Amino acid sequence: MDELATRRRFLSRLSIGLSVLAGAVMSVPIVAYLLSPLIHPVRNVWRDVGWVDDFKVGDTAQVAFQEPSPLPWAGQTAKTAMWLRRTGETGFTAFAVTCTHLGCPVSWQAQARLFLCPCHGGVYYADGRVAAGPPPRPLPQYDVRIQGGRVEIMTQPLAVVRKEAG
Amino acid sequence: MRLLRQAYRWLDDRLGISSTILPIVEHPVPRTNWWYVFGSATLVAFVVQVITGVALAFSYVPAPNSAADSLQFITHEAVLGSVVRGIHYWGASAMVVLIAIHMARTFLMGSYKFPRELNWLSGALLFILTLGMAFSGQLLRWDQDAYWAVVVAAAQAARVPLIGEVFAQILVAGQTVGGATLTRFYATHVFLFPALMFMLIGVHLYLVIRHGISEPPQPGDPVDRASYRQRYADLLRREGIPFWPDAAWKDVVFALAVGSIVLLLSIVPGPPELGKPADPTIVPADPRPDWYFLWYFALLALLPASVEDWFIVGFPLLMGLFLLALPFLAPSGERSAERRPWATAIVGLSGLAVVVLVWEGHMAPWSPALDAGPLPETVTGHLTGDTATGAQLFDAKGCHACHAIAGGGGQRGPDLTEVGSRLSRDQLVSRTLNGGRNMPAYGAALQPDETNALVAFLEQLR
Repeated sequence: MDELATRRRFLSRLSIGLSVLAGAVMSVPIVAYLLSPLIHPVRNVWRDVGWVDDFKVGDTAQVAFQEPSPLPWAGQTAKTAMWLRRTGETGFTAFAVTCTHLGCPVSWQAQARLFLCPCHGGVYYADGRVAAGPPPRPLPQYDVRIQGGRVEIMTQPLAVVRKEAG
Repeated sequence: MRLLRQAYRWLDDRLGISSTILPIVEHPVPRTNWWYVFGSATLVAFVVQVITGVALAFSYVPAPNSAADSLQFITHEAVLGSVVRGIHYWGASAMVVLIAIHMARTFLMGSYKFPRELNWLSGALLFILTLGMAFSGQLLRWDQDAYWAVVVAAAQAARVPLIGEVFAQILVAGQTVGGATLTRFYATHVFLFPALMFMLIGVHLYLVIRHGISEPPQPGDPVDRASYRQRYADLLRREGIPFWPDAAWKDVVFALAVGSIVLLLSIVPGPPELGKPADPTIVPADPRPDWYFLWYFALLALLPASVEDWFIVGFPLLMGLFLLALPFLAPSGERSAERRPWATAIVGLSGLAVVVLVWEGHMAPWSPALDAGPLPETVTGHLTGDTATGAQLFDAKGCHACHAIAGGGGQRGPDLTEVGSRLSRDQLVSRTLNGGRNMPAYGAALQPDETNALVAFLEQLR
């Protein structure tokens, strides 16, 4: 009788243990697959957004560029927009369109010389400083360089998902 | 006839209808009232969502380059596709409302107390999943609202200490919102969450059968762990009625009424208009969540900035903890709302807060009204010279987006209809150039003569 009880205990432990093991083994590829965007980070690249002289000194214009390696079915979301401000002969500042409050898209109001956020009323000055509303930080910026008379922008992760944003 | 009877006997023998199923369906329950219909109505709404959702999935393409086209097809070309989409949309709203009322009812009547703690826990998880379904479902429309809702969700996720960045990247499936994001939310909405919900609904219903429907509470008749089960059994023996059909008919009538309303709404006004397809390069957008999240949208606008980081992480966490801990915080004692003023206050105030905040979120007075349009003729008609130029500048420089004059304009800043009698010329100049409190400084955006004209216009507003 004792032997039977021991045998049963062994068999039930064996069955549970094997099931847990099977589950653990199965979950390795599934979890890795779901996390693949994190495991294979994208390599950011310089993107051409136009001739230097396409932009007037003092003006802020919207430009768009292609993400580093969009999926073939990404459609319009393969692109990202940003605000490009020409500050001088060779001076450019590129701002993310995402508000530092919660990430809604800020619009440039040329007459008022302000960026306005449509969600919770965040306002920024032309140089990206916070002018009013809830945003905790200035507008995040992209790296800009000039190569052979063309303006180039360094792609980067969505500003709101980065800690160092702004 | 004989053949049919034989067939039934065969089925009955193999399925155990009269030995196993009927006793469950006809199990005795206490005499309940109309407050008890919301749980079954939520279940019916879920089933309707599953059926219409499967139907929509026959045509919907979860890829950013096709989602908008497939939704156009469903809404405008497929036979009665607009009604199917309408039922799914209004059914979602119905399910959110029904599960919220069901939960409030359970809380107010103390039905979550011993021995039904796990009924509450499985229900609380179902409530959270229902909100998750509502959020992920609104994203599948993949219009501008949806695109920016993902960004806003990621921005909130990113505020979680330590793991925020990783959390946000898992949410959008990468470093930006793109091709992988939509499929992620699609799989979550149509496979992952529904599967979890099916399991939890199974557990929830099993527990309802195991512990029985809670009897309507009587003031001064507290739950006592030692005696509750015996008293409940006695009650059922004394005045119990079979669930089917004596109690269930109310559930059927109510579910039918809800279903009829959902069907009517899905025909008129029908499903919501399809917005502009998600396009991050069209920056002028005015994203808003569906109504069930507008209250949260409003809260995030109204909170002081200093507590926001704490709130964004802490509020969902505390709410979740409260829901999960509730049956262990008050597992016995009074059930009747008449003897539980705190419970009544919590439900009353939460309900009121949600209604007020949904309205605030809808009006969004904190947002500049970029569509405010020009000042009315009654304000500008009699103006000449500097004051007329000033009025034009008031429109052009966006002042009107935040300040109302004579009824029109934004609500963000003070109404300026009579500002000339309130502020002196120097004060007006100073406010305009330097800004203040929540107003940007316009010093860099105005030439001296423009400032003079604008102030002259404001001065004569009395």
